Amino acid sequence: MLDHNPNFVLSVEGLTVSFDGFKAVDDLSFYVEPNECRVIIGPNGAGKTTVLDLICGRTRATSGSVNFKGNELLTMREDQIVHAGVGRKFQTPSVYEDLTVFENLELSYPHGYSVFGALTFRRNDTVKLRIQEIAETIFLDTLLEEKAAYLSHGQKQWLEIGMLLIQDPELLMLDEPVAGMSVAERRKTAELLNKIITDRSVIVIEHDMGFVADIATRVTVLHQGKTLSEGSMERVQSDPKVIEVYLGH
Amino acid sequence: MFADYSMSELGAIFAMQGFAGLILFSVFVLMALGLAIIFGQMGVINMAHGEFMILGAYMTYLTSTLFEAYLPGLFSIYFFIAMIVAFFASGLLGLFVEWSMIRHLYKRPLDTLLATWGLSLILQQVYRSVFGAREVGVSIPDWMMGSLPLTDLVEIPINGIFVMVLAVAISLAVYYLMFRSSWGLQVRAISQNRVMADAVGINTAWTDRLTFGIGCGVAGVAGSAFTMIGSTGPTAGQLYIVDTFLVVVFGGAGSLLGTIASAFSISQAQSIMEFFLSGSMAKVLTLLVVVGILMIRPQGLFSLKLRK
Amino acid sequence: MSIASNRLFTRQDIIGFAVLAAVVFIVLPLTLDSFRLNLFGKYLTYAFVAVGLVLCWGAGGILSLGQGVFFGLGGYCMAMFLKLEASTPENTAIQSTPGIPDFMDWNQLTALPWWWEPFNTLTFALLAVVAVPVMFAFIIGVAMFRRRVGGVYFAIITQAFAAILTILIIGQQGFTGGVNGITDLRTLQGWDIRTDAAKETLYYVNGVLLFSCLLIAQFVRKSKLGRLLIAMRDQEDRVRFSGYDVASFKIFIFCLGAAFAGIGGAMFTLQVGFMSPTLVGIVPSIEMVIFCAVGGRLSIIGAVYGALLVNWAKTSLSESFPELWLFGLGGLFIAVVMLFPNGLAGLYADHVAPRIDRLLSRKSADVGPADDTARAAAE
Ligand SMILES: Nc1ncnc2c1ncn2[C@@H]1O[C@H](COP(=O)(O)OP(=O)(O)O)[C@@H](O)[C@H]1O
Ligand SMILES: [Mg+2]
Repeated sequence: MLDHNPNFVLSVEGLTVSFDGFKAVDDLSFYVEPNECRVIIGPNGAGKTTVLDLICGRTRATSGSVNFKGNELLTMREDQIVHAGVGRKFQTPSVYEDLTVFENLELSYPHGYSVFGALTFRRNDTVKLRIQEIAETIFLDTLLEEKAAYLSHGQKQWLEIGMLLIQDPELLMLDEPVAGMSVAERRKTAELLNKIITDRSVIVIEHDMGFVADIATRVTVLHQGKTLSEGSMERVQSDPKVIEVYLGH
Repeated sequence: MFADYSMSELGAIFAMQGFAGLILFSVFVLMALGLAIIFGQMGVINMAHGEFMILGAYMTYLTSTLFEAYLPGLFSIYFFIAMIVAFFASGLLGLFVEWSMIRHLYKRPLDTLLATWGLSLILQQVYRSVFGAREVGVSIPDWMMGSLPLTDLVEIPINGIFVMVLAVAISLAVYYLMFRSSWGLQVRAISQNRVMADAVGINTAWTDRLTFGIGCGVAGVAGSAFTMIGSTGPTAGQLYIVDTFLVVVFGGAGSLLGTIASAFSISQAQSIMEFFLSGSMAKVLTLLVVVGILMIRPQGLFSLKLRK
Repeated sequence: MSIASNRLFTRQDIIGFAVLAAVVFIVLPLTLDSFRLNLFGKYLTYAFVAVGLVLCWGAGGILSLGQGVFFGLGGYCMAMFLKLEASTPENTAIQSTPGIPDFMDWNQLTALPWWWEPFNTLTFALLAVVAVPVMFAFIIGVAMFRRRVGGVYFAIITQAFAAILTILIIGQQGFTGGVNGITDLRTLQGWDIRTDAAKETLYYVNGVLLFSCLLIAQFVRKSKLGRLLIAMRDQEDRVRFSGYDVASFKIFIFCLGAAFAGIGGAMFTLQVGFMSPTLVGIVPSIEMVIFCAVGGRLSIIGAVYGALLVNWAKTSLSESFPELWLFGLGGLFIAVVMLFPNGLAGLYADHVAPRIDRLLSRKSADVGPADDTARAAAE
């Protein structure tokens, strides 16, 4: 196998992590192409979140390799992985509650990462315009001055997505972006996601099958840390193994 | 430096030094057990831990004075009564403190630390006002005085042995409570997953209060034991804080075995170094080594791998 | 803070700085005799530590219980210089080894230890006042923050450092002056620091230095780094996965706090005339936290008032009712945590600032509406 296959943005090979003997992800391999939207589904505890944790450096892998555009991510620090172009949204919305929406977005603006850079960072017109633009995309342009603590659950999810968008990552990873949202919010989020997944690779974890069918290029079904099935939505949905462990109930 | 001693003298020195280390070990274990319960299981930093120990010591002093005055016939066994009194005095104060203070601060660990420091100042002043600023010593029953000659050169003090026996007994009792009683099961369940424990019907609020109370009670018993080897003053508790916390953190919060192993290694290191260096340098070096190891291995000697 | 007004000073900030400047430079000198003024100068040296703690603890959520270490290191660096200047061969002619500090002679040292030598130069000593604490903070910070040790663990370990340094200083009395510390300091480059006039000058020097530190702190708070600290306190992982190396920010702010503390320590030595381990250990270190908490852990100006008020109360109460003082201090710790977590600054922002704002807005209504809110002042 070549070190890096230029047809893939992300190559995950033999990825394994064991927590005191329990293998939450077990010899997992999959490949993501440019502009692909990969959806990972699977029952609770299948290891979906853990896979994202491993790719973005939050959890250290026991063995395997994660290659992103020629960089081995498993040996890199979290912030270096972000700079390489990987963005990650957490399952529970994590925004800075004590800061305003504007400030939340500003802190994610990809500039002034060092101590010195952060001290000398200026809030110039380019920054303000970019924040305005992102805020419109995530439906929060009228709430820029509001503290994030006062946003609804759905708005916080959007804000976190906006914080990733402003960094313009090449690989975007979203963990259950519509969980806990109202129907109206869900529809708006689908619209938002469809808009932002066009010119980048995306990995989404989701349970909502209608939603998955709407956005997925390919689907990976995870079960007990291993791939149970992989392919287009139709193929996966008709796979008897998948129906048995996941869709069947 | 060894040339001046004969072989048998050297042997005796090492035996005595080793024994001194064992007494220090017992002291550390006694100090740390209560804290290991409170910090290890609840994550609460109780800066007044030393003052809970001192309360136990003062209770022992009171009991000894009362027995001397009114029940001189039973004086030889007063200490066992005193331990029970100490356990309940410190334990009840612990329950009260949890109810009035700690429970409001569970989500703010750093604030708990400051508030319990305030509590420790208040308790110190209470002790000073009630018992006076001078250190008090208890009268030790006759059978606990003197020492046991092992060989011509090696003698071990009986009160030292007594403290060691107590340390073992109390460790066993705490072990039993933690791993064999239903309270222990609930405590461990809560420390692993509070929400789930709540959901399956464990009364987490009451369990927390009881845990804090028992931890304080054990501290009281430890303080009671200390009266056998030293005197008690209002600010004596502060001297224990750093050692106690380091023992617990070094052992790995949440691991009883870790606490004991860490008490053993720290006490042995300190008493061995004391033989070669001045007392204060031995202390400095021991603390530096412990802190150094903690920097390399922040989770301590023994630890559970828990999800962030 | 609004988007438009990301200025270094909001109107409330300006009021805060101006009032504090008036208190420090005008009110106190005019109302206090020179003994009391020197006492308040001493209190103000603790304010350096408290301001550093606002940045570390209030903003960044890093509670250090070992700030006394840095205060002490700065103070000892200054004291070493002054002691060497005071220990001329003429002054120490009666010693068995003239020309070395008296406590060394008492401890049978016959030569100045090599690491005391550089402290013969003032420039080196002044540099060391900042550099030594910062170096220590850097080492501790790198070791702890790189390994993601934080919260209560960090607090306990910094406390252990305070204990270690105290034991070390007391134990090595031949090199450090032991439990008495370094005393009997006389002149700074020939200028007698013990006179009333000198003490008054030092009070003003102290005030100017304190305001310089406050300005630096204000700049940091209002920079993106200040907002990052708050973000890190609440959602450390989110900051990390937004591409920041969280540890380097924590190390920076911890070192800055140490630098402030070191300057405070040096000014303490100069104004009070000695430095001793009683200012280094566990108890003084945690008391410095309460100065910060009483003033308001989020307000740099509040921290200064906190240091002044608590120490003033301590001096007055422990003079007349020594028993009451410990009850008072203990109660203060509990009350400030349970009832007023934002301290004096919080009370000010809730009750006083809105009135001032209303008053000023009414006056400037025809010029344009005020864009500063009381909330900004609380930050
Ligand atoms: N740091 C960790 N320590 C121990 N177990 C973990 C850790 N991270 C995840 N797990 C376990 O790995 C399994 C997979 O979890 P997760 O990836 O969250 O599943 P999913 O997101 O698919 O629901 C679970 O059983 C979880 O308890
Ligand atoms: Mg998940």
